[in-house]
Amino acid sequence: MPFYLEIIMCISLLIGGVFLLIGSYGLVRLPDIYMRLHSPTKASTLGITGVLIASMIFQSHLKGFLSIQELLITLFLLITAPVAANMIAKTALHHRTKPIEKTQNQDLMETIRNRETIKPPQEPN
Amino acid sequence: MLSVTITIVAICICIALIFNLWRLLQGPTLSDRILALDTMYINAIALILLYGIYAKSALYFEAAVLIAMLGFVSTAALCKYLLRGDIIE
Repeated sequence: MPFYLEIIMCISLLIGGVFLLIGSYGLVRLPDIYMRLHSPTKASTLGITGVLIASMIFQSHLKGFLSIQELLITLFLLITAPVAANMIAKTALHHRTKPIEKTQNQDLMETIRNRETIKPPQEPN
Repeated sequence: MLSVTITIVAICICIALIFNLWRLLQGPTLSDRILALDTMYINAIALILLYGIYAKSALYFEAAVLIAMLGFVSTAALCKYLLRGDIIE
């Protein structure tokens, strides 16, 4: 394996590992579910992308041609991670999880919670 | 140099998995536990890809794709169950 490929792989692996660690550390440290939602996005975008770039370089070197099948996982995670975060936030809102004092726009939470129950006005026939 | 880096990154991911496990066991609400599981499968994908680099094999890529797809489906199913009381309405 050439030396410059090894250096590129080491740098991207280290960036990925550090971001995965930071994302999980934020999951432990942050005080509130609405703040905790913010930290795993670092893990699922930058962390996974770093490890996947290293894996892509290594598989390309192993097979002898450009291997882009690892991009599948990155694309899939980039598409589905915001959807999953949105669903978790909705679950926390509807279960009336209390935010801490410093969380902004707390008066809007009741509006969002009631938005699905309000029926749109019926059109006259 | 590559083997040392792989060891360091594997230790980082294992510490991250322990943090996730702490949040999964501790978490005050059910949403916290779902979020911890969601982060945990992302870390598992990274660990499996790292082992694929270490073992010089392309076989572990399929396992990573399977974990990515089933992890998202399980998160969506758990959230749907908590929101509606039912998974498929």
